Amino acid sequence: MEIKILGPGCPKCKQTSQIVAEALSETGVEATVEKVTGVMDIAGYGVFGTPAVVIDGDVKCVGKIPKKEDVKSWLTK
Amino acid sequence: MAENCCASQGNIMILACSGGSNVGQLSNQAAIELTREGVGKIFCLAGIGGNLSGFVQSAKDIDQMVTIDGCKVGCAKAILEQAGVPLKDYVVITDLGIEKDKNFSLKAEEIARVKSAVLDACGTGAPAAAAGQAPKTIGCCG
Repeated sequence: MEIKILGPGCPKCKQTSQIVAEALSETGVEATVEKVTGVMDIAGYGVFGTPAVVIDGDVKCVGKIPKKEDVKSWLTK
Repeated sequence: MAENCCASQGNIMILACSGGSNVGQLSNQAAIELTREGVGKIFCLAGIGGNLSGFVQSAKDIDQMVTIDGCKVGCAKAILEQAGVPLKDYVVITDLGIEKDKNFSLKAEEIARVKSAVLDACGTGAPAAAAGQAPKTIGCCG
């Protein structure tokens, strides 16, 4: 599984990274996590704002910190 | 794409049908001008229609959105329905008394009328830039 966290590195982006890390740890799912911080790189995903979470190429949430339970459900589907 | 961190928060997403008639292009021009004035940000309806996840999810997750259709055919509204995105604030330009035709020389008065209707629909007062306020697009998390 490949996870990308889109955002230039604000506190909410960092919180999102932390929640994704916790969700991975708690579910035991193996994944690579990449932080995408470049404005043009982020623009390539067509998102209206950040932070955003992309799992295997599918954008799962935009402009908000996801709930850990939501992340877990994305990881285990 | 938002250039600022967390910039989607507190920002109004503006979707225009941008269709092939005067009213379609009025929707587009009004969206451009409202973006320039800091009222909200035009967003790519075609990306939603193409079912590209970044666009669809952005539309689902945004708090405030206004959709502008040129006429009652309602293409923009239909695209949102197909994508499973709830319609929020909504303007149909022909409902404003502007007749649909193929004249693409847009009238300033008609653009102003569409912008005013959009502002009314989304409960926004005068454009931020015109009122000397900071545009909403600058907002960022702390």
